[in-house]
Order: sequence, then structure tokens, then C-alpha cells
Amino acid sequence: MPAVRIKDQWREQRLFDQRSLVCAAIMGLGVLGLIVRLFVLQVARHEYYSDLSQGNRVRNEPIPAARGLILDRNGEVIAGNQPAYQLEMVPEEVPDLEDTLARLVQLELVRSEDVGELERTVESSRSFDSVPIRLRMSDEDVARFAVRRFEFQGLDIKTRQTRWYPNGELAVHALGYVGAISEQDLKHIDRAAYAGTALIGKLGVESAFERELHGTNGYREVLVNALGRSVERQGAFVPNLRTRSPAAGDDLLLAIDLKVQRTAEAALAGHRGAVVALDPNNGDVLALVSLPGFDPTLFGRGITATEFGALQADIDRPLFNRALRGTYPPGSTVKPVIALAALTYHVVDPQAHRYCAGAFHLPHSAHVFREYHNEHHGSVDLDDAIARSCDVYFYGLADVLGVDRISAFMAPFGFGKAAGIDIGGEKPGILPSREWKAKMFSRPADQVWFPGETVNFGIGQGYLNVTPLQLAHYASIIATRGKIWKPRLVAAYRDPRTGQIHQVPPQSDGQVTGVAPEDWQRVVHGMIGVTTRGTAAAIGYRAPYTFGGKTGTAQVFTVGQNEKYNASKISERLRDHSWFIAFAPADEPRIALAVLQENGGAGASAAAPIARKVLDAYLLGADGKLKPPQLMKPPQLMEPRR
Amino acid sequence: MYEDLASGSRARRTLTGAAHLLFALQLDGPLVAGLALIAAFGLVVLYSASGQSVATVVRTALRLLLGTVALVLLARVNPNFLRRATPWLYVAGCVLLLIVAAIGHVGMGAQRWLNLGLFRFQPSELMKLAVPMTCAWYLHDRPLPPSWRSLAMLTVLILMPVGLVAIQPDLGTAALIAVAGILVIVLAGLRVRVMVALVVLGALAAWFGWSFMHDYQKKRVLTFLDPQTDPLGAGYHIIQSQIAIGSGGVFGKGWMNGSQAQLEFLPERSTDFIFAVVGEEFGLLGLLLLLLLYLFVAGRALYLATQTQDTFARLLAGSLALTFFVYVIINAGMVTGLLPVVGVPLPLVSYGGSSVVTLLAGFGILMALYSRRKLIGS
Repeated sequence: MPAVRIKDQWREQRLFDQRSLVCAAIMGLGVLGLIVRLFVLQVARHEYYSDLSQGNRVRNEPIPAARGLILDRNGEVIAGNQPAYQLEMVPEEVPDLEDTLARLVQLELVRSEDVGELERTVESSRSFDSVPIRLRMSDEDVARFAVRRFEFQGLDIKTRQTRWYPNGELAVHALGYVGAISEQDLKHIDRAAYAGTALIGKLGVESAFERELHGTNGYREVLVNALGRSVERQGAFVPNLRTRSPAAGDDLLLAIDLKVQRTAEAALAGHRGAVVALDPNNGDVLALVSLPGFDPTLFGRGITATEFGALQADIDRPLFNRALRGTYPPGSTVKPVIALAALTYHVVDPQAHRYCAGAFHLPHSAHVFREYHNEHHGSVDLDDAIARSCDVYFYGLADVLGVDRISAFMAPFGFGKAAGIDIGGEKPGILPSREWKAKMFSRPADQVWFPGETVNFGIGQGYLNVTPLQLAHYASIIATRGKIWKPRLVAAYRDPRTGQIHQVPPQSDGQVTGVAPEDWQRVVHGMIGVTTRGTAAAIGYRAPYTFGGKTGTAQVFTVGQNEKYNASKISERLRDHSWFIAFAPADEPRIALAVLQENGGAGASAAAPIARKVLDAYLLGADGKLKPPQLMKPPQLMEPRR
Repeated sequence: MYEDLASGSRARRTLTGAAHLLFALQLDGPLVAGLALIAAFGLVVLYSASGQSVATVVRTALRLLLGTVALVLLARVNPNFLRRATPWLYVAGCVLLLIVAAIGHVGMGAQRWLNLGLFRFQPSELMKLAVPMTCAWYLHDRPLPPSWRSLAMLTVLILMPVGLVAIQPDLGTAALIAVAGILVIVLAGLRVRVMVALVVLGALAAWFGWSFMHDYQKKRVLTFLDPQTDPLGAGYHIIQSQIAIGSGGVFGKGWMNGSQAQLEFLPERSTDFIFAVVGEEFGLLGLLLLLLLYLFVAGRALYLATQTQDTFARLLAGSLALTFFVYVIINAGMVTGLLPVVGVPLPLVSYGGSSVVTLLAGFGILMALYSRRKLIGS
């Protein structure tokens, strides 16, 4: 039998006291451990946790900067900012989503086929975030909703700034447009600086001067709770939150004169083509037209796939900037520079007459180089040959000059390279030469320059290819007798904060050297002849100023050796392109331009009348008389209207 | 002690009156004062932590009142009666736990509640008191330190309710019930080598138990080991509570001005994680004050336990005092990231549940054991 243990109260009490003491000591150690831990958290790492808690509670909400305005040289707004209306829904405030959407369909604010998609969008959004239900509301839509607003709990009309082009399509190819920021754009921009910015410049001035136009976005610190919902108060307190105001982008003052631009677009309306008008004294682009155009507002408000598809599929290619990127043979518009070359190289006596029987043969060749429309100019000197655009005369000049001299002489006039306009995006065109042809073709037989190609070169056909901008640039070089300016659209910009105006100085691009003043004069005289007694005499009729011009007809469709070109017989799109270059007034030029009408036929009949209208629009006052030069205003900034 | 009430200053009269009242109610003055201070501080914190919800504060105040009533009533109960009633309480508790397991109300993904119509009752709360009482009752007339036979019996007595609570599943409460029982055995003089052996066995059991754990329980343990592995999931609680405490600094952000708590970054801010709210809004000083109060209450309770005169009273009172402090250590340790996240509320401060009532009832029993010490004859 095991020994029975007797309860020993005194010993048990002592044991209990011992154990209690040990437990109390362990308790104390536990508290000590906690205090060490608290010291680490609240003293040693306090700053670290403070930052974390600050990062938790504050969210930076960007405030987009107002985009700079774009104004024409007289201060008229070409691109501004305008609030656009959209219908937005806060899901948690909507009592019955299905019913609400059904009633919106009844109001024709939502299309019934979009309801399913909208429901999914709303359901996947955070319940307190505003969800756009309908973008791009017309004033009528807004009004229709406004009267029923009380029936739609949780829905409201919100405004956001979008780009506004008050003149619609006007000058769109110079301006470009703004659109949603694409993956491609993200590679070029500082993402942080663009937080909050929805639209970015695409093409034209909007893109080239994006940095100036964009401005600096501001931010607002917003108190948020754990769900990301922005809240007013933190418990009982309203904390101090920082705000940085955005700085609006610079306003741009363009060299464009909207009056000239409008005239040019109206004159070319209904056709495909381009007009570029420059101030030959500084490179100011007075007008830059490429038709057809498109409405830039579509992109800013969010273009639909259908709309964009239609623009892309359009056979007239409205998105294509013909003025900068369309390359065409210049046709007879090159004759002045060929004449200058011949005079400079002393291969022609300007007074000597040659006989034009309507055709030209190279020695030992049966190939016939025809006169346009098989005309016979009879006996012509250099002046006549320019004025009446005698191909035979220039076939001869080209043959004597040879391709090397022609190519070398034409290069300073801007052929074969971009004119350097400040918005970029130009095609350089082609200035052919022996070297160019050797490089261009892979078959040895094709790499040889043929004499016949030189002959065609003389009348601007063959490989030679130019853009309308290049031809206007060339016309302005002739107008100033050799001065070269880089074309510029932006003449000045204004800092909206300081009001300070920064003039963009004209960019000289050198000068054509080695041409004698009397040779310039001879060619200019020939070009005046074009508009007084030559191919474009009809459009120079009763002009209150003298002006130089040159027609050109660029072949699209090669006429067979024994055929006649008959415009009515061939399809419209195979007709010749019609060119006209001009500068005015001839002795003291203020404007130089190039007009291209695609498939317009002869230069004199299609392009030249347009040119005359543009010249008149720029040069004549309200009284129909030539404005005195001192009344021609330099680009200036008016008080901007934001 | 029985001087004239009319003499002395008004403050002195009030104090004297209070002392008389406490004596009449058989309450321990310092302990009551400590508990009252903690509860008052708790209500202040809770007002802020609940997002200025007066309703929450009122509801908690009512629970405190209920707990105080339980405390006062239990303080008057004869310990001998308590001891005799213990086995019945234990059996009733176990039966209730079985009923919960069978038909109990599922709340928060676990079956813990018994809906009694007017209010919901958690039998596991009852067991927090019943288990240490049963252990003390069992050891009362047995020689100490306990024999192997007694230990085996006690293990069964503890494990039965603990197992029933654990399958609810409420691992936190189950562990606390076990701790309350084990503390009785430890105070009874469990030999140190046995304790070491049990710790080793416990480790083995833990390894074995791991395979029976629910996913969320496993996750809690894993997340405790490395909170950063799941910053938005299970680790979120710990990370956010550390941010709250750390950002509070020495002086705190001010009452109702803790961004972590007020902007709801801190989960369960008014219940299990209210300790972090104190740290954020009242800083290190606030937490030290709170810990000091807890230490005082636990220390005083333990002192009272040493003053009792029989085994049942000693063991039960000691266990109640220590269990109270274990709650504090586990909760504070969990909120500061020292211990895994187990659902243990901060005594008297955390919002909700019947735990406040149980806790105060426990202190009532403790005071009954202490105040009747001279009456216990044997």
C-alpha cells in the first residue's frame, strides 16, 4: 500500500507563494519585453512608421494644367479649351441600376445595346467612384437630362476640359490635334508630369510644341480611408493637406493668318490638294492647307472606332498631310530655277530666240519629247519661255546643262531635303542625280543616268519629287533673290503666369550664292510675264499689284508616244496634278506660295486662280487696294480668352 | 476606521464613505479602483476607435455595468458554496458546449453562440471560469504538489472543454481556457521537470496538431512568422497595427486623431486591435500608463490570492489573477507583432462579447475568496 500523503497547509502556502513570485517575475519580464518592443516601434522606428501612415492616409490627386491656347497672327483663337459634358454615376447612390439604365434608354441618353456593357462596368467599379455613363453630351442631351435630373438619384452631369477647335477643320494639318495618351506617347513623356493629363498633342503644332502647351500639373493631397474613398475628416479632425496649383501651358502665337487660311481652304474646297503660303522675309507660314481635312475635335473627345475607320478608309485620305508629306513631280514650276542655272552657268543667251515646233529630239534618238498639249510656241527667248512655259526651250537647256549641274544648282533651293518647318513631319522629296540613281536602283542597268532623263528633269518631270511646302519655300527663295528662311508656324509664345512674351526669332538657313542680280531679275521678269501675258495671264488680270508666278502640270498618267493627253477621256484620278507657285508684290515680296490641286489638270486653270485669291486675301485691304507695307501687322498677342 | 463621518473635509468624508461601502460589499478598494480606471480609459479609447459611436460606448458601458453587478453579487457569495457548486457548473458548461456544437449559432465563420432569445451567450466564456474552478476544486483536498494520478485527471478535466471550444473553432479561447487550468496546476506546485517534459510534449503535439488546423489558423501562424508575405491578406492586420503604434510616437497623435484608426486602415480597431489605437492616439505614454494599470490590477489580484487561506481559494484566485494578465500580454504581444494573431481581446478595453462580464465575474469571485478568508474554517 502506498504511503498516504497528508495535506501540509503550511508547506502548500509556501509553495504557492514561491510560484506566485516566479509568475509575477515572468509577468514583469513580459511587460519589460513589451516595453522594449514599444520603444522600438514608437521611438526608434517612429519616423519610418510615420511615413507609412502618412502614405496610407494621403493620396495625391493631380490637377491638370490648362493647355496653352493657340492663336493666329491676329490673336484669333484656333485652339482653346472647353468643358465637355458627360453623364456620370455613383453606383452606391443608385437605388436600382437596371431600372435607371432602362429609363436612360427611354430618354435616348444610353443606347439599349450598351446597357449590358454599362452594367458590367458599374458593377466592377468601386461603389463610391464616379463612373462615366455617357460621354460627349450635346447641349440638347444635357437639357433633356437636366429637366429629369430629380428622377435619377446618383447620376449627375460632370464637366471636364477638352480641346476645342472653334473653326473645326480649319488648318487642321498645321495644328494637328490632341488625343488620348497612347502607349507610344508614354515612351516620350515623363509619366509623373502627365499624371492627371488625359490628352496629348498628336501631329502638327499640338505635338511639336507639346512641351510648351502642356504646362505643369498641380496636385491636391486628399485624405483617403482604407478603401481609397476620399474623406473630409480624419476622425474628429480636418488635417492640413497641401495643394499645388497647376501652371497653365504657354499660349502659342502662330504666324498663320486665319483670313488667308480660310480663303485658301475655301478656294480649294471640294478638291484634294494643298496650299502653302510663306512670308519670304522671315519664313512665317501664313497659310498651310491640306484638303480634305478632318475635325480635330473628334480625337479630343474620344473618337469612336467607326469614325476613325471611316477616316482611314476614305479614298481621299483626309488624315494625310499633303502639304508636308505629299510628294509630286513639280512640273514646269521648276523652269525658273533651270533658267537661273542656265544663266549662272552661261549656257544660254537670254536674248537669243529658239524655235519651238512642239517637239524635241535628242541627237541620235527617235524619242519625241512633246510640248504640253502639242502647242507650238514658235520663236521664244528665255523670258518668253518662262512666261509661256515652253517645254522645248527647257528640254534644250536641260540637255546642255546636264544632270550634274542641274542637281547641284537646285539643291540650295531646298529640293531633296526638308525645308525645316518647326512642326517637323516633312517628307524630303527627291532631287535626282547620278549618285542618287546609282544608290536607288539595284539592277546595274537601271543605275545609269540616261540623257533622256535629264531632258525630262528640265521640265520637272521624271524622278524629281517635291512637297507643296518645298515648292512654296522655293518660290520664297526666288522672291527674295536667294534668301533662305526656315518655315515657321510658331512666331511667339507667352508665359501665362508672367505674361512674358517670347518671340521666336526667324531661322535663317543661309542664302543661294553665285547668282548674279541681273539673272535673278531676268527670271523674276519671266515669272511676272507668266501672270501678265503668259500661261496665267487670266488670273493676273487687273491685279492691283504685280506678281511673279509659274504654272506647273505634273503628269500622273504617262501619255503614249503618239497619243494626245485628253483630260475628259481619262479617269479623274489619273488626270495631271495642277501646280502654281507665286510671290507678290514682285519687287518687294511679302508673300510666296505654292498651290497644288491633285488631278486638277493644267496649272493655269486649276491652281492659279486659287493662288490669286490667296494673294488678294493677304495683300489687299478692305478697299480692294494693296495694303501699304506699314499696315501689315507682325504677329501679335491679343488678350487671351480662356 | 469607524470614526465619526461628520468630521473631516468633504473629500475625506467621501473617501471614508466609499471605503465603508466597499467594505460592506466585501470589495477590495485598490483592485476596484484599478479596474475602474482601466474601464474608464477603455471607454474613452473606444469612443474614438468606434468612430465616435455613442451607441457602442453606451452598449459597452451597459456590459460593464452588468459585469459590475456580477462582480458585486459574486463577491458576496460564500466560497464554500462556490466550491461545492463547482462540479455542477463544470458539467453544465460542458453540456452547453455540446449543445453549441450541435445547434449553435454560426457567427464569424465559427459556431460559438447560443441564442437565448434576449441575448446570445457563449458557453466558452463560462468555461473560462469553470475550468480553473474545477481544477482548484479537484486539488482542494488533495496533497500538493499533485500526484501523477491527479495530473492525469486534471488533464482530462481541462482537455474536454478545451477540445469542445477548439472545434467551434475558437482556438484563442480554447488556449485561454487551457491556460487558466494549467496555471492552477502550476501554482499548485507542478514539478519543474514535469513542466519541461510537458513543454517538449506540447511541442510535439503542436507539430501533430498542425496537420489538423483549419487553413485560416495555419495562415495566422505562418503570417506571424513573416507578416510581409501577405501584406494585403493575413499580414495586413499586423502591418497596419505596427504602423499605427509606431506612427503614434511618444506622445501620440491625439485623441480621435489617429489616421490609421480613424481612416479604417487598422482592422478590428475597436475589438482585438484597440491596443494599437491607444498607441497611435496616446503614444508610448498612453500605452505605458495602460500597462501600468494592468500590472497593478494583476499584481494586486495576485497579492490577494496569497492572502487567502485554503487551497481552493488560493489556486483559483492565483489563476484568475494570472489569466487576466496573460490576456494582456497575448493581446499586446499580438498587436505589436511579438505573438501570432489570435482572437484575444484586450481585457476591459476591447469592444464586444460577454468577455467583460466573465472577467468582472472572475474578479468578483476573487474578492469573495479574499474577503471571506477569515470565515473559512476547516
